[in-house]
Amino acid sequence: MDMAKVVENVGFNILKQAVIYLPDDVKQALKKAYAAETSETGKTQLKAILDNIELAEKYKAPVCQDTGTIIFYVKAGVKAKDLDKIEDALVSATRRATKEVPLRPNAVNPFTGKNSGDNTGRYLPHVNWELTHGDSVEITVMTKGGGSENVCVGGMIVPGEGINGLKKFVVDAVIKAGAQPCPPNILGIAMGGGADISMEIAKKALLKPLTEHNPDPEIAKLEKDIFDAVNMTGIGPMGLGGKTTVLGVHIDYAYRHPASFPAAVAFNCWAARRSTARVSADGTVEYLTHKLDE
Amino acid sequence: MTVYKLKTPITEEQVRKLKVNDVLYVTGTMATARDQAHRRALEYFKQGKPIPVNLEGLAVFHCGPVVAKQGEKWIAVAAGPTTSTRMDIFEDEFIKDFKVRVVIGKGGMGKRTTDAMAKFGAVYGAFTGGAAVLAAKAIKNVKSVEWFDLGMPEAMWVFEVEEFGPLVVAIDSHGNNLFTDVQKNVEESKQKIYQKLGILF
Repeated sequence: MDMAKVVENVGFNILKQAVIYLPDDVKQALKKAYAAETSETGKTQLKAILDNIELAEKYKAPVCQDTGTIIFYVKAGVKAKDLDKIEDALVSATRRATKEVPLRPNAVNPFTGKNSGDNTGRYLPHVNWELTHGDSVEITVMTKGGGSENVCVGGMIVPGEGINGLKKFVVDAVIKAGAQPCPPNILGIAMGGGADISMEIAKKALLKPLTEHNPDPEIAKLEKDIFDAVNMTGIGPMGLGGKTTVLGVHIDYAYRHPASFPAAVAFNCWAARRSTARVSADGTVEYLTHKLDE
Repeated sequence: MTVYKLKTPITEEQVRKLKVNDVLYVTGTMATARDQAHRRALEYFKQGKPIPVNLEGLAVFHCGPVVAKQGEKWIAVAAGPTTSTRMDIFEDEFIKDFKVRVVIGKGGMGKRTTDAMAKFGAVYGAFTGGAAVLAAKAIKNVKSVEWFDLGMPEAMWVFEVEEFGPLVVAIDSHGNNLFTDVQKNVEESKQKIYQKLGILF
């Protein structure tokens, strides 16, 4: 089989699925929020969001015009063949999706300000690699909106403040972000590792379904506590007021240096777009989060 | 919360009736403008050069749409709002120079814009962030694209729209700003939240 061709097709399909069809867990959470929201203005926003999701599916159009920065997460079995062809194939997939779905060209050279026109450029689409056992390759795409990216924060907590310091860091970040990240949001929170490691795992935590909580009951409780707390802010849908500010909170961590307590909060907008597929050694493809469009 | 349906060109008198929290639908002509188009329009005005569209009484939309070309015709595929705060540095002059009556975006705008809206008679209509297909379906015709050299998102797209909305009036022409009100309440809730989380410092 031609691995490059298969991966290009898979990359195209998951990109298309991600930008048009929101994952079920996100849709369910939005429906639940709409039913529970008490602010009249907040309700108008959730209604518009739900109507929009339906229209996007009906017309097979991107759910949001900001089709984001394109990030692939590749879990590559060390025994899989042609791993060297994957990055090029994902670049081709991105170019094709930009033209055919279509996606908004969102890759700009920071020096010249020039838009490449096809969502590719130095380090874009971004590919995160993880090596695993076996001979299959699992590819997830996240298309990350600019509004929610602009409020992501990384910082250093005084180690003596511990988890309380983290809680304050998160609450302050949500309040400062306000209306900008298109609430209701999903928060990926991480601590430890280092400045880069905490942000990397915070962002990766955004890939978890909202129905999944941290397996460690103490961390799951912290997720719930932060969820309840930030929903007390009153920011509400689109920052127009209400009790739905976040749809979910995911926390992950790495061990830390005794003198450092890195912390990171990654925001995702309500249009939390992701899709995953697995390519087996014989070239068979299984779409794990979405149905393949006919 | 009153629902208003207005057709462009919108008059100062019409716009002055709108109050914060009202819901507005706009029919007629609107032009998109983000950072680059705002900057260029203001530069042109200073130099006495006309901009491609007379915006008097129209709506300006903070939006970088996804558009596709079908034959010779542009079609709006997805066209939700972008974050308006980036345009805060331009909007007061923009309202004064071009006499737009409705500014559409997401996330709200600051004091400079609020003051200009009170002075010259304009409102800010918040469109739901990300609701891009809902917006695109209200765009009945892409009339033209100007300043395409700025790139697809930053160009000025001129749309004919029908009942474009719902827009929540978040800044009215009387100095009220819903986003500022919400922010004030949020700041006040902070201590209560810290307490709930057991944060002692």
